[in-house]
Order: sequence, then structure tokens, then C-alpha cells
Amino acid sequence: MPANGKPRVAVFKLASCDGCQLQMLNLEDELLDLAGQMEICYFLEARSQVLDGPYDVALVEGSVTTEHDLERVRDIRRKSQTLVTLGACANTGGIQALRNMQDVDEYTRAIYANPAYIHALAQSTPIAAHVTVDFAINGCPISREQLLEVLTSLLIGRSPQLPAHSVCVECKRKGTVCVLVSKGIACLGPVTHAGCGAVCPGFGRGCFACYGPMESANADSLCQGLAARGVPRPEILRLLNGFTGWAEEFRSAAERLERATT
Amino acid sequence: MVGSATPRVSATVVLSKPALQRVLDNLGNSGFQLIGPTVRDGTLVLAGIGNISELPVGWALEQKPGSSRLLRINSTDYFGCTVGPHSWKRYLFPPQTDLLTAHRNGKGWVFEPSPDDAPPFAFIGVRSCDLHAIAIQDDVFVNGNIRDPHYAHRRERAFIMATNCNTAASTCFCTSMKTGPRVHSGFDLALTELPECFVIEIGSEAGSDVLAGVDWQPASAFDLGRVSQLIQRTERQIQRQLTTSDLPKLLYDTIDHPHWDVIAMRCLSCANCTLVCPTCFCSTVEDHSDLTGSDTKRTRVWDSCFILDFSHLHGGNSRPTIKSRFRQWMTHKLGAWIDQFGRSGCVGCGRCIAWCPMGIDITEELSTLRSLGAR
Amino acid sequence: MSTTVLLDRAATADPMLPYMATVRAIRPEAYGISTFSLEYDDASVPLGFAPGQFNMICLPGFGEVAISICSDPNSPKIMEHTIRYAGSVTRAIGRLRVGDSVGMRGPYGTPWPMQLAEGKDLMIVSGGIGLAPLRPVILEALHRRSSFGRVLVLYGGRTPQDLLYTDEFEKWQNGGIEMYVSVDRADETWKGQVGVIPMAFYRTRLDHRNTLVFSCGPEIMMRFVIYEAMARRIPKEAIYVSMERNMKCAIGFCGHCQLGPVFICKNGPIFRFSQVESFFGREEF
Ligand code: SF4
Ligand code: SF4
Ligand code: SF4
Repeated sequence: MPANGKPRVAVFKLASCDGCQLQMLNLEDELLDLAGQMEICYFLEARSQVLDGPYDVALVEGSVTTEHDLERVRDIRRKSQTLVTLGACANTGGIQALRNMQDVDEYTRAIYANPAYIHALAQSTPIAAHVTVDFAINGCPISREQLLEVLTSLLIGRSPQLPAHSVCVECKRKGTVCVLVSKGIACLGPVTHAGCGAVCPGFGRGCFACYGPMESANADSLCQGLAARGVPRPEILRLLNGFTGWAEEFRSAAERLERATT
Repeated sequence: MVGSATPRVSATVVLSKPALQRVLDNLGNSGFQLIGPTVRDGTLVLAGIGNISELPVGWALEQKPGSSRLLRINSTDYFGCTVGPHSWKRYLFPPQTDLLTAHRNGKGWVFEPSPDDAPPFAFIGVRSCDLHAIAIQDDVFVNGNIRDPHYAHRRERAFIMATNCNTAASTCFCTSMKTGPRVHSGFDLALTELPECFVIEIGSEAGSDVLAGVDWQPASAFDLGRVSQLIQRTERQIQRQLTTSDLPKLLYDTIDHPHWDVIAMRCLSCANCTLVCPTCFCSTVEDHSDLTGSDTKRTRVWDSCFILDFSHLHGGNSRPTIKSRFRQWMTHKLGAWIDQFGRSGCVGCGRCIAWCPMGIDITEELSTLRSLGAR
Repeated sequence: MSTTVLLDRAATADPMLPYMATVRAIRPEAYGISTFSLEYDDASVPLGFAPGQFNMICLPGFGEVAISICSDPNSPKIMEHTIRYAGSVTRAIGRLRVGDSVGMRGPYGTPWPMQLAEGKDLMIVSGGIGLAPLRPVILEALHRRSSFGRVLVLYGGRTPQDLLYTDEFEKWQNGGIEMYVSVDRADETWKGQVGVIPMAFYRTRLDHRNTLVFSCGPEIMMRFVIYEAMARRIPKEAIYVSMERNMKCAIGFCGHCQLGPVFICKNGPIFRFSQVESFFGREEF
């Protein structure tokens, strides 16, 4: 943070749905305080005023899907002291990375009347594939609490606490009953990065990994475990190929599972 | 023997089943919050209860490695379910404890201990394994040179109504760990549930006091005989075993054993085993401050040796692999614990076996290590 | 004479509650390393520590860290702590100025066995910032120089700039302490020895029946120190090491600092080598 004056913060969006930025607007109670503590230089979702860089903190939502995105993210990196990525798209390529395993040209021809106007890269990729990321907030969308934790810690100058352990830890701390063990519902929580507060298991559903892989995710083993419980292979693949399916840990596990003969 | 008089400490009395409600009422009226087993979200949890009908009457828990299912059974037992994913540590050493607050005043700070406004708890239906688990956590938090005031505050005020087990799950192995199924000490009241009545041993003055106004009979030799028979029957149900005679040495001798790699292929490092374990006590400390950094809350939260950050060291991590974390857990639980506290860290409750998503079984892994021999 | 004062923290109501302390002085030692002199604000806080013990220092919002006390145990009112800016908390401490406040509680842990060293030769071997917890030993030995036989300090750093307390070396030497200082990589300013610290063993003769070794530094260095000492027939019971692990409470509750059967915070940080031998340097243990 700058020694004098308020930190200059900018919020950018690449290929994404705006959901993560909305979480920032959802920080209603804290937003006024936040606005008092920092200078919001660029946040089109909230205001039209645009101030040029350099920025102390850039928050970037969305994945890189076009040449233009790529140029922008490089430009943002050059202008920003700290770059924080927001959400599944920015961190793993997002749901749009599902197309990475398909032929994009074929898609565009099938969908758009004038495919010549579509300048999409062959793959939707995470920001960290192109520039250095200082902190990543996971989720689809991100959680307000984690966003607040990152902003607070950047303001007071410490590293944010964004635990990379499993979602199971959140279930257990909350006292949520494990849906996998008690009901046999397929759950990716044991290989998924914490942060959501175990929302889905709390509603009796399995986790579908919108926070991406945890540290040391052992997705191969979980797949085998789910298969041994009788979860059909297409179902496991569908789970893995979700919001963060392009993350290396999940993608490679899915590939191995597809190749495996049962 | 009815009504006003209360039984003396160490006496054993007989109560009709509905009379238990009166005991719970007495506890509630004395300011205790009653915590007991109850069915919620399709499984057995520990939660606030007020009425004996909230106990899991007519349910059984079928436990296997990686699986725990509630089954409807034809039974009127209140305490027929073994242990679910929760243990009493949720209440004595809760997942999150507020330690203190720090408020900036001028150039300095004012540190203040955070008050604990939890009411005194009455634990209803504590099984022998869990009673031992509480004693093991006492070793950590209050029996050493330094007492943890947060744990002590809850522990000292807790009322314990223990229960002898009238059934065991396939995951239970208390007989190996010498922690059950019969309750021996450390309770205010100890129940045994017979088909038509409760036989209750009075363990303390407090236990005697809550029988005020309750209809009770002194237990006969015949009643006591039935209690023993019931516990023996439970004991015979317990199939799972864990040999302890060569511990901790076996685990120290097998530190470099290749079998740890085999387990690590399966283990997810999800930490469920440690968080359901009634004796695991590891925690981390977190500071949360407001945007200006002038008000901070310091809390203690459950941690686990399966979490990478747990072993963070400047310039590296001392347990970066799943293998090293699993080895730490099992070597500590079944081995090093004995050196540290003079007894095993495992009470044989079987929770880690049932609630591991992969069904990894500590008893089986230990016997595999043993049979493969020291390396 | 300093006695081994192990304060009874059990007497205080809440052992996790820090006391306020003020930064009295900051002395830069090396790149990213400074020594902070801290004094409790409240004069009623019981004072006294033994060489090798540590304090928990905190900045609210950042957290707590365990830092060994590196000053003279005979003047416990102002305690010095040599801190490397390595994590969130220590970096924040690095931004403090004289007069600023921190939270502090302690002292904790086992001390170096000074009594056992009396009448014996004392060999102090350390590397880098590992000299910090041994400085109280040296200062104590200077106070009571005649209570000990030879006192040797073998100290090494990566470069001359990484060495701590260099301006005190002359005083130590004049006080009757044999100094063997070396660096892994010399530069043009360096007049001393070059080479890893265990090599210093080859420059002096030891009386293996009458020598105690105290060592603190990177585990890899200590492993060689132990090897060299034992090769000179110094029994492992006469070798003491200081161990490091992440700690959250310093009082045996948090579980973080376990190494096999020991808790570094309450059974250590100073161990007789024979106590930890089976787990020492075990990969990922
Ligand atoms: S419900 Fe899912 S996330 Fe929660 S403990 Fe079970 S497996 Fe883990
Ligand atoms: S043993 Fe089971 S519950 Fe424990 S960390 Fe491994 S997979 Fe998770
Ligand atoms: S290690 Fe497993 S069986 Fe033993 S006490 Fe803990 S949860 Fe129960």
C-alpha cells in the first residue's frame, strides 16, 4: 500500500458473467467504509468514472478467451502492483473452458450467423496462464467474506488468509453432516478448495467444486472411491468437468478416468 | 424411596423410562443446556434437546468404512444408536473459540479476553469411549502445567450422564483400546438401558441431586446382573480389533515403510478423520480485523495435521506430501501420544473409519504395517 | 548470577493473553534482519528468562510469532529479539518504529543447560540467525567467565553481510571467548575464514570428556555439527540442539510444533540430542 494517500483500486472484467463483481457490490454494509479507505479508479459495474493507472490493486474477473483479453490482462499486470483474480473463470478458465476440449471454429459456425466477427482463442484460459497472479479468490461466484478478507488484509498490509484445505474441513467445523458418507451422494468436497463455507452439503447436495482444486487434491483417488460406491462413470466425469474442470488436477483426473477400463 | 429422598453417591437405582424426562427437566431447571444424540439431516448428531422423545428412539446406525446409515428398527430404546459424526468436543473444545480482542488506543493496544457466554452443558448419553476421549482432552487442556481457561470453563461446569452401550457398530473397537463398552468413572450419572427401565449408577453429588423428586427404586442384584449381561453381549458384538502391545515402537520403526506410500495413494488429505475424532485437539489461531486494523478479534479454530498449512515452516513445509501427513496422524494418534500423555490417543470409537470418504481404516492400516514388518 | 527462571504462567488467568510492550530500540543486523528491544509497559509483569527461551510477539491483525530472546538474562527488563522479516507478522514488525507497541507473552520453552556447562568446555556452534538464541549463553558466560572452561564460538554465515552481532565479536574475544567465524562466500571486505561451519571443528582440539556442544542453525548444518562432534567422541548426551517448528500457542495446546513424541514449545526448543535423535532430520517427519 502507498505510504501516503489511499490505495488505488481497479476492478476489471474479462470473459465472465459479472457475478463476482456483483459480490463486491453486495458488500453493502462495508462498501461505504471501503470507499473511504481506498480510491476506486475503475469499476464500470459501479460507476462510470475512469482513472488511469498505475493501480495499487487490480481485481480481475473472467478468463482469457480472446486476443483482446490477452492484451488487456498483460496491460493490467503492467499497471498494477498487486493483481488479485476473482472467481472460477479467472482462476481456472471457468465454465467457458468446457469448449477447450472441442473445436471452437465448429462451434462458432454452428452458433453465430456471421462467424467471421468472432475472434475467439482456441481455449479459455486462466489469468495465471499469462501473467503473475498475487492472490486468487476462488468460487463461482466468490464469497463476500473472502473478498473482504483480501481487501482488509491488503489495506493493513498482511497476506490474506485464504485457506487452501478441503471443503470437508468447513463441513466439519460447521457440523454439517457429510452427504457422501451418510447418504452416498457424490461430493467433490474432499478435493475442493475451501472458501464457500460448504454451502452445497449444507443443503444436502454434493459439492461440485466451484472453488477449484484444493492443495494436494487427490482427485484420482476420489474418482475411484466414487466409482466403488457405484457412482456411474459419466456422472463422475460430469462432476469433474464443471465450473473449474479445466484446472489441471481435475482435467487430468477426468482424462485418466476416461481412459481407464473398468 | 420415592420422591423427596435422593440416592447416595455410588448407589445404583432403577427408573422407569418416562421418569428420565423428569431428570432432564431437573437439569434444565438448574440452568443446564441439555446436549444429546438426536436425528437431524438424516443422521445422528449431537444437539440441544429438551425432551426424551428427541432422542433417537427406533433408530439404529449401521456403520462401515466410509459409510454411516440410519436405519429404522423396531425398538423403543432411547440410547440404541452408537456414535455419529459429532463428538462432545464440539461443546468443550468448539470448532471456533474467541480468545481475545485487541483494540487500538492511541499508540498502543488494549487486549481483553473474550467472554464465553455458553451455558453449562449437560451431556446426555456419553458412551464409554467418548468419556475416555474427554479425559484425553483433559490431559491436553487442563492436566498439564498450563490450563486452558476456555476449555476449563466449559469442562468444569459440564454435567455428564453416561450410558453403557447396549449395542456396538462394526466400526467399534473400544475393547482393544480398553475404553469400553462399560463405563467405569468420570460421570455424574451412568445409565444402562434395559428394555423396560433404566438402571442408573450415581457418580456424584450433582448426579444424586438431579434425582430429586424422581421416582426411583434401589437396583436389585437381579437388575445388576442384567446390566452385566447386557454389556457382555455388547462386548461380544465387537469384532474389530487393534493390537496395542507393540505400540508406540511399531510406528517409530516403520517411519520409512513403503506402505505409507500405498495409503497416500488413497488418502485425500481431506482431514475428516481428525475432525470427527473426539481426541484430536490441534488448532490454529486467526486474527480478524476491521478495515482500519484498529479492532481485532483473535480466534482459535480446529486445525488438522492433514492441512498443508499446519506444517508451514519458514523456508519450506515440513509435511508437504499426503504420505507425511497421514503418517503424522497415525503415528501420533496410536504411538507418540503414549509418550506424550501416557496413554493412546485413540479410544476406538470408529468415527474416523466411518466418516473417511475413502473408508480408510486405521485398524487395518496398522495391522498391514505390522504384518509387512519394520523397514 | 542468573538462575533458570521458568515463570509460572499457570498463575495468570489467560495464558494466551499478551501484555503490552514498547519498542525501545531497533538495531539493523543484516539484510531483512533487525534486533528489537522490547519492554513490558506494565511494571508488574514478572520478569526473568533463561538463555534459549523465547517470547510470543504479536501485532493484532497480523498474528503471533515465536521469537527467541537474544539478550543478557541478567538484565531482563529490556529483552532483545532478533527478527527476520519472513512472514506476514514479522514483516509488519519490521515496519514498526521506536516507541510503537506490540503484544508479548512469555518466556516459554526449555533453556540451554548452563548449570551442566559449569566447569566444562562449552562449544557454541551456530549458523546465520541461529546465533540469536545462543547470544544469551555467550553473554552469561562472559559474566561468569571463570565458571566455565574454554568457551568456543563457531559461527558461520552465507556471506559476511549475513553475520549477526559482528560489532560485539571483539568484546567477546577480549572477554576470553575463542571465536571461529567463517562465511560460505567471501567478498573483498572479508579477512576471515571461508568454508562451511562444521569445518571449524578441524581448527581446534577438543577434550571430548569435558565438552558440551550447544548448536542452533539450519537443520542440515546441525546434522553436520552432530556428526563432527560425535566423530570426536563427544557423547550425544553432551550435545544440545535448538529445534524449530511453526507454533500457534507456545503452551502445548495447538499441536503444531510436534516432532514425534515431543512438543517443541514445552519439551523444547532446546533438546539434548539423544532425546530427539530418532526423529532428527527425518524427511518430512
Ligand atoms: S459433504 Fe462433501 S465436503 Fe462435506 S464432508 Fe462430506 S465429502 Fe466432504
Ligand atoms: S484418512 Fe480419510 S478422512 Fe482422513 S484425510 Fe485421508 S481420506 Fe480424509
Ligand atoms: S482415531 Fe478414530 S477410532 Fe480412534 S478415537 Fe479417533 S476417531 Fe475414534
